[in-house]
Amino acid sequence: MRVRSALSFVTAALALAALSSAAPGADTVDPAHEAKAFQDFFTKKFPKVKFEDFVNGPYSMNEDMRKQWEEKEQFPPYEFALEAGKEMFATPFKNGKTYADCFANGGIGVRQNYPYFDEKEGKVVTLELALNKCREVNGEAAFSYVKEEMASLTAYMAYTSRGKPFDIKIPNDPRALEAFEKGKEYFYTRRGQLNFSCASCHVQNPGERIRAEILAPALGILNAMPIYRSEWSGMGTISRRFTTCNSQIRGVPLEPQSEEYRDLEYYLSYVSNGLPISGPGARP
Amino acid sequence: MSDRRRLAMKKIMFAAIMVVAAAMPARAASEADFKAAFAAADSAEKDAGRLRNQWTTTEAALTAAKKAAEAGNFDQAVKSAQEAEALAKASIFQATSEKERWKDLEIR
Amino acid sequence: MASSIRVRAILNGDTTDVQTLIQHPMDTGLVKDSKGELIPAHYIQQLSFEHNGKTVFQADWGTAVSKDPYVKFAFKGAAKGDEIKVSWLDNKGATDSLTAKIQ
Repeated sequence: MRVRSALSFVTAALALAALSSAAPGADTVDPAHEAKAFQDFFTKKFPKVKFEDFVNGPYSMNEDMRKQWEEKEQFPPYEFALEAGKEMFATPFKNGKTYADCFANGGIGVRQNYPYFDEKEGKVVTLELALNKCREVNGEAAFSYVKEEMASLTAYMAYTSRGKPFDIKIPNDPRALEAFEKGKEYFYTRRGQLNFSCASCHVQNPGERIRAEILAPALGILNAMPIYRSEWSGMGTISRRFTTCNSQIRGVPLEPQSEEYRDLEYYLSYVSNGLPISGPGARP
Repeated sequence: MSDRRRLAMKKIMFAAIMVVAAAMPARAASEADFKAAFAAADSAEKDAGRLRNQWTTTEAALTAAKKAAEAGNFDQAVKSAQEAEALAKASIFQATSEKERWKDLEIR
Repeated sequence: MASSIRVRAILNGDTTDVQTLIQHPMDTGLVKDSKGELIPAHYIQQLSFEHNGKTVFQADWGTAVSKDPYVKFAFKGAAKGDEIKVSWLDNKGATDSLTAKIQ
């Protein structure tokens, strides 16, 4: 009995030691190198896909879907949300200020800079978070991160940045590097009863089918956001997509704009630096 | 009836009763049993919550357990609670092992 | 109030390609709201396109058509600058129409 319990204690201690020593230190993180490896993985896997085309998700992976999408883009389903967003953006708050007062360049053509690491707050700030902060600072109630209003606003802001390449910055701050690392870890971690990670679908199986859908590559996957999804019969934000992805693999979603999700968006946006914003988008 | 026959019949009846008794559960679950099983499942699910890795199916089993208990069906309630505990523990195992295993999928 | 109809008609040779996007909930009557009550059916029953007083396309719809329907079709016999009129009628008796020039 004594020997057995001692043995199990030793194994547990060893396991604990292995776990803690394997944790990466901030000095070993090289985001630029990682982004290059990430992009090379996809360009090598799909040599016939033009670099900018990765932002088109499943349409860069399947010719038939692409044809249908190109036809619909002449009269895109996100048009209504885009117009609503433009109107919302221009409408002043009760105190007379507007969204333009909260953003650089009046909020026009800035979407490609989000998310950024706020060194004062010590956290990743996404576009959705910044918009609600703007509302609250001006005495307005925050919008739900997963409903139409936020989707319409981000649709308009994305539209003003169409064609501009993602330009996410990671300042030389260990907290920013940690956020990048945490986002990366979230991306590759299996979760939910179905035991999928984001990578299971978007790194291991882009272009393949999951039930009736064609999977998009992880490279450029946020560039078309927010999207009008036929599945939703409506517009959805990045928050909506992250939370629904979680529940689809039977994982209880975290609160929208939780630290994990913001770090994930930071990581995915950074490794897609150089790819053009194509939002708002349309997806099956 | 002869004594021998009477004894044989008694043996058969005894055997029959034993078979019926064996087929029944040891005893029906009580509300106390349910409360204990639910507490264990709930505690495991809270641990999974701290690890930020709960499963929707665990939540569904917990809800089913509560519903069955409310209807007075403590056998089912205990079963669902035990299932929830197993699922919660599996999700804890997943979260713990993934702390290292995620690197297997990483693009380098 | 802005029209619910967006239409674009382009002449290609002797064929006019028409696309339209209509904003309409197209509720089937089978979906429940957050309170658990059925959202009543609300859908376009008739959609028609007219050119020079003649109906060139007509659709009789039911609840199987999705929200914000998109329609594309082609017809012959029109010229650049001609007008095409799109109109719809839904099961609640509401209507909308829009006239556009063929480009």
